[in-house]
Amino acid sequence: MSAIENPVVVSAREAAPPRPLWQVIVIRPETMTLVLLILALFGASLLSPYFLDFGYILRSFTLSAEFAMVALVLTMVIIAGEIDLSPAANMALSACLFAFAQQAGIPMPIAIGIGLVAGLVMGAINAIMVIRLQIPSIIVTIGTLTLYRGIAQVIAGDKSIRVPEWFIGVNNVLMAGIPVPVIIFLVMSIVLGLVLGTTIFGRQIYQIGTNEVAARHAGIRSQRIKMGLFLLMGLVSAAAGILTASRLGSVRYDLGLGGELQMVLMAMLGGTYIFGGRGTILGTFLAAWLLVIVSTGMTVANVLPAVQLVVLGVLLVVSIIATNAIYSRTQR
Amino acid sequence: MTDTSTSDRPLLAARGISKSFAGVEVLRDVDLDLRRGEIHALLGENGAGKSTFAKIVAGVHRPTRGTLTLNGMPVEVTSPIVAQSLGITLIHQEPISFPDLSVAENLVLGRADGGWLARVPWAEMTRDARRLMDLLGVRIDVTRPMRGLSIADQQMVEIARALASDSRLIIMDEPTAPLTPKEVETLFAIARRLRDEGRTIIFISHRLEEVRALCDRVTIFRDGNKIATEDIGTLTDADIIRLMIGRPLREYMHKQGTTIGDVALEVENLTLPGVFSDISLTVRKGEMVGLGGLVGAGRTDVARAIFGVAPAASGTIKVNGKPVTIASPDAAIALGLAFVPEDRAVAGIFRTLPVEQNITAAVPGKIAPGGFIRGAVEKALASDSVNKLRIRLASLRQPIGELSGGNQQKAILARWLLTDPTVLILDEPTRGIDIGVKAEFYDMIGELAASGRAILLISSELPELLALCDRVLVMSEGRLTANLSRAEATQESIMHAAVPGAASRQGVAA
Repeated sequence: MSAIENPVVVSAREAAPPRPLWQVIVIRPETMTLVLLILALFGASLLSPYFLDFGYILRSFTLSAEFAMVALVLTMVIIAGEIDLSPAANMALSACLFAFAQQAGIPMPIAIGIGLVAGLVMGAINAIMVIRLQIPSIIVTIGTLTLYRGIAQVIAGDKSIRVPEWFIGVNNVLMAGIPVPVIIFLVMSIVLGLVLGTTIFGRQIYQIGTNEVAARHAGIRSQRIKMGLFLLMGLVSAAAGILTASRLGSVRYDLGLGGELQMVLMAMLGGTYIFGGRGTILGTFLAAWLLVIVSTGMTVANVLPAVQLVVLGVLLVVSIIATNAIYSRTQR
Repeated sequence: MTDTSTSDRPLLAARGISKSFAGVEVLRDVDLDLRRGEIHALLGENGAGKSTFAKIVAGVHRPTRGTLTLNGMPVEVTSPIVAQSLGITLIHQEPISFPDLSVAENLVLGRADGGWLARVPWAEMTRDARRLMDLLGVRIDVTRPMRGLSIADQQMVEIARALASDSRLIIMDEPTAPLTPKEVETLFAIARRLRDEGRTIIFISHRLEEVRALCDRVTIFRDGNKIATEDIGTLTDADIIRLMIGRPLREYMHKQGTTIGDVALEVENLTLPGVFSDISLTVRKGEMVGLGGLVGAGRTDVARAIFGVAPAASGTIKVNGKPVTIASPDAAIALGLAFVPEDRAVAGIFRTLPVEQNITAAVPGKIAPGGFIRGAVEKALASDSVNKLRIRLASLRQPIGELSGGNQQKAILARWLLTDPTVLILDEPTRGIDIGVKAEFYDMIGELAASGRAILLISSELPELLALCDRVLVMSEGRLTANLSRAEATQESIMHAAVPGAASRQGVAA
């Protein structure tokens, strides 16, 4: 294989020598996330022996599992060079419509369908404005974040909409000892990881995010791919909203309030490059666990909520700086 | 160095200048004397070290070793500002300016006197700016913003800035590349006047005829070494090229007589209002058709329209005789079209992605039957291309941005050859490429035509069009103004049709 790796002997000025393999492996944002994760686990277990109990970590994770699922798709959106800040509001509006429908006597499967379709429609609205009207996605989704949350508030007022007893508590249902939301997250991670890492669809997401003009010249249908990503974002957000409804037992307009920041934090901590073209599902997967352990650890250690927020903010800023530094180092 | 009289002493003497970037030596022990009142050309392939040398003199880079002596005094040029105070100015090819500030304000940038609360002397500033412009003999309203000035005028402003600080040494790094022939003439006239005032000019260019027309002496670089410094009159073009590439010039400028087949691409009355109109042309299999004209004549826009990047408003396109609609590049690719764009960095490469992904980007079906990428297939396809086109790289997994421009361009060509195109549109394919690699490119393009592909070659280099093409079409101001056979095509006939107003204005069916 070395003949293929080094087809032509290079002179120094034609091409820089490749980096040693250990550097390629070690100097990656995901490695940073993994190291932080191990450190966090170690620190947390000093705070409380609970953290040595895997079941405890899993139960803690169910509190963030819905956001983590959406963060996986958000990772793909960011790699494609766009962003979506509306998913938490989408979760709330989808869940409100779903809860409203089932309260009005519509059978549960149809009510769920209504919620999911609503999510898709919200994703489509984002997509149309970004792709057809060519408005930057950060502006579009800041707008729709407010819009979707506002509609949810109009529909629900400040009442809680109840869901039936039997529907409550999906987070307490275990399969092979693992809560169902965590299983969904694991399966999604594997599937999306394979999509992003091994398919043409995934490859083209990276290419669009690296240079959309070049991608279009190479015949890559960037608009179609972005449309797909925004629709997937809407669908997964709606599903996450309905799962949250089951976990909480009721729906209010403020469901998932502020969740978009946690999702962005997961993607950034996992080494997704905010300007697109770089990032992995594995990184976001690790970052989701890291975040859960850090925030649960702080709660166990009785850190004030306000201070917890400061810590999360610092994490976000540091992760962005570190990711940038790593990428600029390997870019040359 | 023997110090004789002041007039014989060189303005600038460089001794043993070396420079390494990240351990790679790009300049090795360069000794060079620049005389007062000469225009001195630096020639060499890309990466030969000429620009690095110029940037060291201008204070952009620090040398790793070596000394610079200005007027007999050793100097440390630690930054462009220091260079400016020493009377050394670098004129950028595409000047960096503050587009919303006025020309006069741009002229005095970096020369603010007094404290940060000092009053801005608007009236004096404008007056000084006018005086400088008059001195240069250019008509630019100094109160207008920089935005919207032509590149030639922006260069004039930079030159005026050099005069404002009374620079004795002015470095021009490929100033003519973005200029029209007329603008080049103006620039040369000014350069000669500056020389006659006793100033020294370093002139970097790829164009031999320009060097010959303008320069007194020439220094040739190759692989980071200074190869020779001679009076321009003592060297022939062949000598210069031999010194630059280190081997005798191979006779690349010829076109094999190939069999020309059926019409592969036929365009009729293609129009995009305000950009180009009534473009009709045909390209046959095995035929190489050149598309000449000045920058901005609409050549690239026609290519983009044919390829579906920015489709035309009206007109028909036929591929292999069948009328087709091409609304996007993927439709064009499906029809067997390929397009190597002019601006590699913007529309060609994925800078941070591996070379292999760049090569296979347009053939997803080949590397991933069923949607899943097969690593081995991709690697085989990519390394096959690398060998065929002699792309020089360290690893297929290397980000393409680490390769030299010529090798990046080869990779983009490789991408399109994998699609096995019937029609290949090349837009300035050899721009910014070393002479050595250029020759390889000409060979490859020739072979592609010989293998029965139809080739439309957009080029601003007349020798390229004349040597390679079976026919040359010329555009001017959005219209086709000439369709010249190989026998009719000369530098004069092409330029005559290319310059607005020189040719008859009726459209030409090609």
